Amino acid sequence: MDDLRELYQEVILDHGKNPRNFAFPDASNCEADGYNPLCGDQLTVKARVEGDVVLDVGFQGQGCAISTAAASTMTEWAKGKTRSQIDEMFELFHSVVTGKKDADEDELGKLAVFGGVAEYPMRVKCATLAWHTLEAALAGKKEASTE
Amino acid sequence: MTQSRPSTTSEGATASSSPRVELDVERIRSDFPALGQRVHGHRLAYLDSAASALKPQSVIDAVVKNYSEDGANVHRGVHWLSQRATTALEAAREKVAKFMGSATVENVVFTRGTTDGINLVANAYGAANLSAGDEVLISHLEHHSNIVPWQQVCERTGARLVIAPVTDSGELDVDGFERKLSERTKIVSVAHVSNTLGTILPLARIADLAHARGAVMVVDGAQGAPHLGVDVQALGVDFYAMSGHKLYGPNGIGALWGEKSIFEKMAPYQGGGGMIRTVSFEKTTYAGLPERFEAGTPNIAGAIGLGAAVDYLTNIGFAAVAAHEKELVRYGTKALAAIPGLRPIGTAKEKVGVFSFLLENVHPHDLGTILDKRGVAIRAGHHCTQPLMKRFGVPATARASLGIYSTRSDIDQLVGAIREAQEMFS
Ligand SMILES: Cc1ncc(COP(=O)(O)O)c(C=O)c1O
Repeated sequence: MDDLRELYQEVILDHGKNPRNFAFPDASNCEADGYNPLCGDQLTVKARVEGDVVLDVGFQGQGCAISTAAASTMTEWAKGKTRSQIDEMFELFHSVVTGKKDADEDELGKLAVFGGVAEYPMRVKCATLAWHTLEAALAGKKEASTE
Repeated sequence: MTQSRPSTTSEGATASSSPRVELDVERIRSDFPALGQRVHGHRLAYLDSAASALKPQSVIDAVVKNYSEDGANVHRGVHWLSQRATTALEAAREKVAKFMGSATVENVVFTRGTTDGINLVANAYGAANLSAGDEVLISHLEHHSNIVPWQQVCERTGARLVIAPVTDSGELDVDGFERKLSERTKIVSVAHVSNTLGTILPLARIADLAHARGAVMVVDGAQGAPHLGVDVQALGVDFYAMSGHKLYGPNGIGALWGEKSIFEKMAPYQGGGGMIRTVSFEKTTYAGLPERFEAGTPNIAGAIGLGAAVDYLTNIGFAAVAAHEKELVRYGTKALAAIPGLRPIGTAKEKVGVFSFLLENVHPHDLGTILDKRGVAIRAGHHCTQPLMKRFGVPATARASLGIYSTRSDIDQLVGAIREAQEMFS
């Protein structure tokens, strides 16, 4: 099972099964729906933003373990971050899951567990759906699609 | 009647005088070079034939031969290579016509596939014959390619798309279908076999009901042709569309059979070379069938490959195909039912080797990735049947589908890998 464990690391299995922030925050003031037309996965991200800072963020929806864990770990990480910090992290995360950059735990923290996704090009969109959706919400768009 | 073939042949095999038909699956497997490879270090269990079937060597050889020896354009060529290519193309049409049970050859048109064939009928027949308030009746289990073209033509003509219900086991609700028929129904279009559920639809009965209302009956045969074969006359339908790549043939080629008396009256829907009789700037007159509906240079090698594919299947015989598949459906249904937490979607009495299912705690996409690592190729998703997914209240399913080369070992390998996935997500 070892080759699969590269992808399905404990953290991913755990967050896939028991997603954190799997509810919408009180008094959220921005939101977007994310949709992956390839597989039908969909989720909604809602956040409470003050000035430039995401004070609280949560999600609801259905998806595979990778997309659920990505949403869960993203919401954990994003709380208290500024928009530019989130943009920067998404860019880094994207380069890692697409194999353009190696996963470095110092830079990515817990999000480094998604490094294994780079070996599975068909699953990149699963890992990035929540991030696209959060970005859309922060940009005032209603919808994000991975296409 | 074609749609009852699986039961009659298998009963025939045990009870009646018809000779017992056996399919030599090991010999068949040796005809398919793709089956020889290992995937991620494992034996390949190819369980995705409903998406595309693998190709036997004879099909590959026919395509290669066309490109190697006859790579010239067809029709109107007076030189030797063109003549040879033309002869081969028209020989392929004859084979396909025979395969489909057509009494005549000219009403078999080469298309890009099922999608292309349905679009042809929707545009060339539908757009010309539908008016505001008319109805096009399809079923709830249709593939997007038997939904969207009708939606589009309905939008243009003001006709209405009407949906016949499907039961919880994934069968067409024939009474419900009958209730949806009206004097405004001008076209009925349904699948021969559901690509998501494997359900075999009672086509002859549906055609009778449709015709009693004066409607034209169109069949999406993408999945029917490879599992059951086609006999358009026995089925009594008016159009039958199929795809080469699901029939162990090449991609980008398919065939559309049309009832001649209807087909020959239809105006062409694509214009260009090959489909004309005479062209002047003032007026163009069109060629007859089949050229009228084959504008542009056809997929010559594809058509020849499709001819080789139907030859291959005809040699095996659908009685043998059906008997082999029936046994595997029984084996696979039982093996999957024994897996705790597995919910089958599509349990029709009459079905082919398509197993859609959901696993508790394992999303279909995760399952697809895990199975792939064990050499098992399945498909996960909505299978281009989103309304059907909604009907069953699921966003996606995992789907394992069989072909003539499938074996019990493939199913055993599938079951083993499912167990492994369950362990991982337990
Ligand atoms: C039932 C059914 N109809 C139509 C199609 C479309 O066939 P093609 O993509 O070859 O045009 C498919 C294949 O996906 C199918 O399974």
